[in-house]
Amino acid sequence: MSSQQEGESIRCLVAKVGLDGHDRGAHVVSRAFRDAGFEVIYSGLHKSPEEIVQAAVQEDVDVLGISILSGAHDTLVPKVMDGLAEYGAKEDTLVLVGGVIPEEDRPELKEAGVAAIFGPGTSIQETVEFVRENAPRR
Amino acid sequence: MSGDESDRPTQSLSDDDRALLEDLLAGKHRALARVISKIEDRSPGYRALVSELYSHTGEADVIGITGSPGAGKSTLVDKLAETYRERGETVGIIAIDPSSPFSGGAVLGDRIRMASTVGDMDVFVRSMSARGTLGGLSTATADAVKAMDAFGKDKIIIETVGAGQNEIDIVRTADTVAVLVPPGSGDDVQTLKAGILEIADIFVVNKADRDGADRTVQELREMINLGEDGGAGPGAGAGHHGVGATTESEKPNAGADEDDSDGDADDSWRPPIVETVATTGDGVADFVDELAAHRDYLVDSGTLADNARQRYAEEIRTHLREDVHALLEEQLERAGGVDDLAEAVRRGETDPYSIVDDVLEPVEACVGDLETDLADGERGDRGDE
Repeated sequence: MSSQQEGESIRCLVAKVGLDGHDRGAHVVSRAFRDAGFEVIYSGLHKSPEEIVQAAVQEDVDVLGISILSGAHDTLVPKVMDGLAEYGAKEDTLVLVGGVIPEEDRPELKEAGVAAIFGPGTSIQETVEFVRENAPRR
Repeated sequence: MSGDESDRPTQSLSDDDRALLEDLLAGKHRALARVISKIEDRSPGYRALVSELYSHTGEADVIGITGSPGAGKSTLVDKLAETYRERGETVGIIAIDPSSPFSGGAVLGDRIRMASTVGDMDVFVRSMSARGTLGGLSTATADAVKAMDAFGKDKIIIETVGAGQNEIDIVRTADTVAVLVPPGSGDDVQTLKAGILEIADIFVVNKADRDGADRTVQELREMINLGEDGGAGPGAGAGHHGVGATTESEKPNAGADEDDSDGDADDSWRPPIVETVATTGDGVADFVDELAAHRDYLVDSGTLADNARQRYAEEIRTHLREDVHALLEEQLERAGGVDDLAEAVRRGETDPYSIVDDVLEPVEACVGDLETDLADGERGDRGDE
């Protein structure tokens, strides 16, 4: 029984939304989350906001990490947030955005309900700590 | 584990869980997702919740799909789901991936390959990991199947890597088990080995467009024939539904719940071999037909009822084992904790056998007293005479 891991495990969806085709960062984050003991569901490339919402709801994830490099964050991220709200999942999902997000776009994303934005150069440890401290307890 | 002890005697639902159950039965996806999380987390009250689900289950066909990594399971499951959806049926998928024995973490990647059905909420895909438990996963999976069944899914597909005993337990929660065998997966000795091949109701040679597919089909066919000829004795092909035993007396077993176990083996199921190319969808229709044929066989032969009974028996045993295990852990704690006891053995002060006798003595005494209580009470009723 000592080997048995009881209770909750932090579940994360690492999502690539939109057209950008670079997911090395998403892979690195997925692996780091796995090594931190989280359960990671990786969406794969080129997902639409609807697909991300479907996965987040069905998998009942605590954390949704959206990786985006294409610059389309200002249209895609709010769509994801609206979709989560539609299923009543917005309130208790910790949404993070990682990627290249210009400083001036950040307030708007925060406004939409994004908890944190991790730009280039963020240490992976920082991200893991943030999830540990802020993942919703249900 | 001791956390859910408090609600065990009454099995009563909290108000929140009652609302959750109602939402699930009303077809709300988020409620289904949340119930499965509770099952996975074994969060307080999950037992009462699952108990309530049982009376709403029994409608779904449960299909288990297993096979070695890279056999193409996820892609085939995706195409299977697509086919069922085209026929107007709703689908639940439970995709199981291993978790790290070191960090407990997991990357659950099967969802990526289920692209045909994204955007369609009537395909409900849920990824599960082992969370470091042996045996616990099959319980959680069986309970998650109950949740999807109660939700109203017509077909429930369990997909797992066929790597070991744990996975075999999981696919056994399915009515029909399909084993994927990729071409060139070994010589004929490989197919004689015990284990995963014995649990197959249907063999699928996926990637049938590759070299070696014909040979693999041939080897499987020989193996199945061997099973038919060689397995004449009773109990041969144990895991399987009584392969062998050929009597001519054709009496259709319509009654379905007679107790003549093994008596209805005359028309036994012979696992068919289906060739598919999951990436293109070739052969998937044949596969669906064979799944339906096996389902018909199960119903007509009464095997479905037999299997369900066996499965529930196994569930009861598993739950009992888990609960007893938890009780024993508490007892061990009361006796000073396993570390101290182990240290006492190391110092040569005692030995494991004596410790076990000591720890179990009060438990045995209690069980001895209980025996009469249980026998008196009516079955299914909590005995208050």
